[in-house]
Amino acid sequence: MKFTRTMTLAATVALAIGAGQAQAQYSDGTIKIGVLTDMSSLYTDLSGAGSLLAARLAAEDFGAAAKGMKVEFVNADHQNKADVGSAVARQWYDVDKVDVIVDTPNSGVALAVNNVTKEKNKVFLVSGAASSDLTGPQCSPNTVHWTYDTWALANGTGTAIVKTGGDSWFFLTADYAFGHALERDTEAVVAKNGGKTLGKVRHPLNSADFSSFLLQAQASKAKIVGLANAGGDTTNAIKQAAEFGIVRGGQSLAGLLVFLTDVHALGLQTAQGLIMTEAWYWDANDNNRAFAKRMAAGNKGIHPTMIHAGVYSAVTHYLKALEATKNDSDGAKVVAQMKSTPTDDALFGKGTIRQDGRKVHDMYLFEVKKPSESKAPWDYYKQRAVIPAAQAFRPMAEGNCPLVKG
Amino acid sequence: MVSAGYSIGTVATTSKMPRYQLYVFLGMVAVFLVAPFFIYPVFLMKALCFALFACAFNLLIGYVGLLSFGHAMFLGSAGYIAAHGAKIWGLPPELAILAGTAVAAFIGLVVGWLAIRRQGIYFAMITLALAQMIFFFCLQAKFTGGEDGIQQVPRGTLFGFIDLRSDLTMYFVVLAIFLFGFLLIYRVIHSPFGQIIKAIRENEPRAISLGYKTDHYKLIVFVLSATLSGLAGSTKAIVFQLASLTDVNWPMSGEVVLITLLGGLGTIFGPVVGAFVLISLEHYLAQLGAWVTITQGIIFVICVLTFRRGIVGEIARLVKKPL
Amino acid sequence: MFDFLGIPPQALFGQLLLGLINGSFYAMLSLGLAVIFGLLNIINFTHGAQYMMGAFGAYFLLQYAGLSYWWALVMSPLLVGATGIVIERLMLKHLYKLDHLYGLLLTFGLALIIEGLLRNEYGSSGQPYRIPEQLLGGTNLGFMFLPNYRAWVIVASLTVCLATWYVIERTKLGAYLRAATENPTLVQAFGINVPRMITLTYGFGVALAAFAGVLAAPIYQVAPQMGANLIIVVFAVVVIGGMGSIMGAIITGFGLGVIEGLTKVFYPEASNTVIFVIMALVLLVKPAGLFGRTA
Repeated sequence: MKFTRTMTLAATVALAIGAGQAQAQYSDGTIKIGVLTDMSSLYTDLSGAGSLLAARLAAEDFGAAAKGMKVEFVNADHQNKADVGSAVARQWYDVDKVDVIVDTPNSGVALAVNNVTKEKNKVFLVSGAASSDLTGPQCSPNTVHWTYDTWALANGTGTAIVKTGGDSWFFLTADYAFGHALERDTEAVVAKNGGKTLGKVRHPLNSADFSSFLLQAQASKAKIVGLANAGGDTTNAIKQAAEFGIVRGGQSLAGLLVFLTDVHALGLQTAQGLIMTEAWYWDANDNNRAFAKRMAAGNKGIHPTMIHAGVYSAVTHYLKALEATKNDSDGAKVVAQMKSTPTDDALFGKGTIRQDGRKVHDMYLFEVKKPSESKAPWDYYKQRAVIPAAQAFRPMAEGNCPLVKG
Repeated sequence: MVSAGYSIGTVATTSKMPRYQLYVFLGMVAVFLVAPFFIYPVFLMKALCFALFACAFNLLIGYVGLLSFGHAMFLGSAGYIAAHGAKIWGLPPELAILAGTAVAAFIGLVVGWLAIRRQGIYFAMITLALAQMIFFFCLQAKFTGGEDGIQQVPRGTLFGFIDLRSDLTMYFVVLAIFLFGFLLIYRVIHSPFGQIIKAIRENEPRAISLGYKTDHYKLIVFVLSATLSGLAGSTKAIVFQLASLTDVNWPMSGEVVLITLLGGLGTIFGPVVGAFVLISLEHYLAQLGAWVTITQGIIFVICVLTFRRGIVGEIARLVKKPL
Repeated sequence: MFDFLGIPPQALFGQLLLGLINGSFYAMLSLGLAVIFGLLNIINFTHGAQYMMGAFGAYFLLQYAGLSYWWALVMSPLLVGATGIVIERLMLKHLYKLDHLYGLLLTFGLALIIEGLLRNEYGSSGQPYRIPEQLLGGTNLGFMFLPNYRAWVIVASLTVCLATWYVIERTKLGAYLRAATENPTLVQAFGINVPRMITLTYGFGVALAAFAGVLAAPIYQVAPQMGANLIIVVFAVVVIGGMGSIMGAIITGFGLGVIEGLTKVFYPEASNTVIFVIMALVLLVKPAGLFGRTA
């Protein structure tokens, strides 16, 4: 049964950047980054292998090797199971000497890893997970929530739509904690801006057929049909909404959690006109385009989503903090250092990390282009508005994060 | 029905463990005693929980010939109760585990009462149907926390003085629980009661004509299997400090079939070997990402096409002794 | 008019119709499963993956051969059916004498492999596939807007289901098939090549799944996991209808589609579970299923 030992060694397919430059100040001489993500299911395209690549590019661009920092990577598939995720995290921290875990789409898994990380005093950089609880009641001195959260999406999309006249809503909600959270946050935003919710229907996760729910949405006469779901549920709902003439009938769809890869999967013909909030778009400026080119080359042509960009940005800032502290053994201290210095990188520009662990930056409201407007593959979004950093995220006082009260 | 194709195991007639089985058993215990000093204990605990779960499942399929396709309902619901008990009611771990196990036993009684009247594929389907209802309940009930599950469950202190926060201490507790379950199952199989359930498996009408109320026997085994599955589930929840929908969903019911098949249906040590092999594989494959499902699928296919007796079953055939 | 439990009758008609449309998928898939089980005694867990392969087949034919939806409707089932024949010849034929469990496990394993390979290659978010030009748009029925494509689905499915039923229950070929189910040795003795018949039957059952997959491609996302979510429900349909009963599978498929549709109105959260509730009830009252003969 030396089996596991050998396997762990074999499994740690690590890429060492800058071999032989180990420095004494880092625990065991290396900085070990664990990318924990979904490699086999729903979120593979929007996170998955792309997140590992993004983390590697971050270390490469940071010039870790030249600065004498030896960085290694491990990655694992959490299969969207909280128990698998927490088991991997434990093993990484206990046995494999991982210093930081990044990404982790799926809120349930992220909350589990959040707890383990706090217990072991390491660092957790969230890009893929959506739950705003990570910087709310569940906030931790060891966690930074980087890219987006349910509140920011609900706020961005909800506010913009109500202000442009979409003041009555009907929700199609995935009957899961995260769907409920998305619905709850959006409903609050709609109400705050003077709109109202006419009805909602909660569908089981992974429903193939949405026609029945769409018919109910149609009957409600609401101007906006809000999709508080994700992945396959969202794409199926959008596809069938087109078929049932929801949009032609005068109602609009609002995707509350839609990613670039979802739009790609739907095709512009079906997805056109969809409005959504994102933190980052590859075609926004030259830096982003350059990053997208490198990512697409190494990831089957898939252009980076905001989650990939978030991983890059978070890892960059983490390495910067280590460069300053020269010590990776105390996770809370590293995170404190990350919070005390403003962030600045090629993809997200300048930003800050709040006391509750929330990374703050501008968010953008996008609309999916018509097929005639798209000039190249993956040319999908046009920008409708910028949501300034100060308004993009939930005010700290409303989050009930225990760290803030002190 | 399951035994239709070939005969599984061989009937041992005495209730005392034959010497070679005793040696194998002692060897297994010895390995488990030293293992945590070489192998990561959390991994071992996971494998032990699954081993107990598979042993309990094997009791039903291997010795009564009933294929349940809903065993996840016992593992998962017991986990939820244990986690809720430890976290919200503040129960000490031993009571939390007992509470979970008791609930699994109760569900087992109800489900078993409904299901044992059917056989073969219909039995599998009715257990699946009832398990899906339990899953739905766990999804809808407030206390289970949806897909986030119940997290941050405290391990607590066993009997008020054994602090379980240390992985090593926890490991030996889990080992004790596992050995308790393992020996209980062994004892049952090799008792006069065990002879009767095997007789039912081989030829139920004949057992009835001999005057046995076969339904009673089947129900007792079903409840016992459910209870021990619940014990495994409660323990797992305390170890990982987490109870989630994964453990109560139907793929978990499929996984325990796979473990048992891989190790050897109707063998004593098969489920344990199957659990360790499969959990190691999953553990290893987690790093391989997208190849997880493909490799699992290949194992299924190879298993069915080449060694249907399972690992231990094949070994037992080679050494010509039941293991 | 009177409302029914707070739902206006127009809306109710709409939901019933939609249920029927979903039911036509259940009917086609459970029909294939029932045919395979009837003759091969195999519980074909790969069925969902084969349905997905049908949809992917349509996508490939369009993408790489430029063949339209109508071509795909014929070609994709043939191609997927051919892969089914290979699987039967290489693997399944070794399992007929064994317990159901082994066939189920083997086909489950195959489903995992197929889904895994496609996911590795094409990712998880799926591929776009459009409704054919001829069937775009829809009709306003007064109580609802019925997309033409959905109307086509129901027609196509009914035709295929009834044709299959007719062939098996009313023709000479069907008589051979049924006889081979009862007593293969005897039928073999009459000079009929039973193994080949079995192989072709499996191919046909698989082709039915692929046909359903092509029908589904324009309305559901063509993604590797599309069949995995469906298979367990279709399974329940077959069990409720009675294993191996052809008409049972068809009627139950449509019927459960309707029941599920109604659940989506009154208690949407339970729409995935209602089928299992019915399955449990049916098995307790009528162990062989609604249309099954004996257990």
